[in-house]
Amino acid sequence: MKVLVAVKRVIDYNVKVRVKADNTDVDLTNVKMAMNPFDEIAIEEAVRLKESGVATEVVVVSIGGKESQEQIRTALALGADRGILVETGEKLGSLSVAKLLKAVVDEEKPDLVILGKQSIDNDNNQTGQMLAALASMPQGTFASEVKVADGQVAVTREVDGGLQTVSLKLPAVVTTDLRLNEPRYASLPNIMKAKRKPLDTKTPEELGVTLGSTITTLKVEPPAERQAGIKVASVEELVDKLKNEAKVI
Amino acid sequence: MAILVIAEHTNDALNGATLNAVTAALAIGGDVDVLVAGSNCSAAAESAAKISGVNKVLCADDATYEHQLAENMGLLVSDLGKSYGHILASATTGGKNFMPRVAALLDVDQISEIIRVDSPDTFARPIYAGNAIATVQSSASVKVITVRGTGFDAAPAEGGSAVVELINGPADAGISSFVGEELASSDRPELSAADIVVSGGRGMGNGENFELLYTLADKLGAAVGASRAAVDAGFVPNDMQVGQTGKIVAPNLYIAVGISGAIQHLAGMKDSKVIVAINKDEEAPIFQVADYGLVADLFEAVPELEKQL
Repeated sequence: MKVLVAVKRVIDYNVKVRVKADNTDVDLTNVKMAMNPFDEIAIEEAVRLKESGVATEVVVVSIGGKESQEQIRTALALGADRGILVETGEKLGSLSVAKLLKAVVDEEKPDLVILGKQSIDNDNNQTGQMLAALASMPQGTFASEVKVADGQVAVTREVDGGLQTVSLKLPAVVTTDLRLNEPRYASLPNIMKAKRKPLDTKTPEELGVTLGSTITTLKVEPPAERQAGIKVASVEELVDKLKNEAKVI
Repeated sequence: MAILVIAEHTNDALNGATLNAVTAALAIGGDVDVLVAGSNCSAAAESAAKISGVNKVLCADDATYEHQLAENMGLLVSDLGKSYGHILASATTGGKNFMPRVAALLDVDQISEIIRVDSPDTFARPIYAGNAIATVQSSASVKVITVRGTGFDAAPAEGGSAVVELINGPADAGISSFVGEELASSDRPELSAADIVVSGGRGMGNGENFELLYTLADKLGAAVGASRAAVDAGFVPNDMQVGQTGKIVAPNLYIAVGISGAIQHLAGMKDSKVIVAINKDEEAPIFQVADYGLVADLFEAVPELEKQL
């Protein structure tokens, strides 16, 4: 079974982003970048499927500029077999990304596609579902458990009320939630080995995908800042403030 | 053009988040129709018909929609949605699951988790865990939108008298099936709709210690939430997580107990009206957003607080 994993280069999750002074976007100059945390979980799940003998090959794909090769190499160091970079300098919306991934899926014909449930930059939570719709595949979003057997995948999903399990016919799309697994760290020998693993580069034109978006960002602003309040000295004072000042209890 | 709101429901009752989505639809302007897709869902459809401001309720009552699987919802909603200018759903795990499928099938971009309507084509939405707010304009023929409940008041659940029209949808996509679910049952208010929320973090130490918060919450009539750290550590189940990737809450009073205040947690609660933080580490970032901070050992402060209420 072949597994395709999509990864995205995003701002490191520990960095607090700032809005540019001209309100056109956030400022990513000299900001530490990393693999989207949910995508690390996706890679880990694919590698575990390979280690348990369920998967035979793990292919990683990323869409972005040349620098996205770093995240592909990270995925290769974590255990993926080969990488594909769809190189573009354009800032893409989720639908365009899903169309590019659909074109890769058509070429690679994976049995399972695993993606993070959302990227922590745009917080869209759309790409996996869109890819599934475009490829006419079923989807198991927000997965906390994935079991493959007999041409099906059972996915336990984290939903608002608790957990839900669905059974999907392969090929299928899975998007990862936080509790699916704990990603490993890449060892130094594996980082060295990853440098020799194959990494192909393709362009959107080669994949026959026309990019475009129906959304224009008019402005990006910082949220209303919350002022720090006061420290109270005791529980008694806290109760008094909540009753008589804030009047919330 | 009219607006279609996709109801979130349990077949026999409407989920409150639907009321916030209706308010967002009314802010866009135009006739607001509500789709209730389920199985034996006439009770939910009747509730939807009573929402103030609703024009018409479409009810797709069929076993195919019993669990609102994304594959079937995608086909139904993209088919119906062609004759609407906007399609809205709540940004719950339900709406987030099927709406991008609808958008992709209609070949339009989706606008996720709007918190404000500026005009029929311009909306505000948080990005980067709420550390920036983007104002976006859509030129799509059908605007597919999910609505963050905390950004809009609930529409009155009573006062409307819309007609309920039964409709038929496409056949089951046949590629997915429901296996089972484990839903939390609680007598406490629902987390995303509660007036008061008490949340615990890693500082709680273990799951048993959450009893302290349950006791406090019951005295206050509050819901209980948790930080990602507490859920990851296995103290409490995932449905209690408040944060960027969990539930977004904005109650009148949010009491954070033993929570340090990571960016990802703040993203889920910083629009609360009043925030209280109880933490023994006076440097914890949670104090930077708290209206009232108490530097104390939670194992002493929480029982004391419960006693004094």
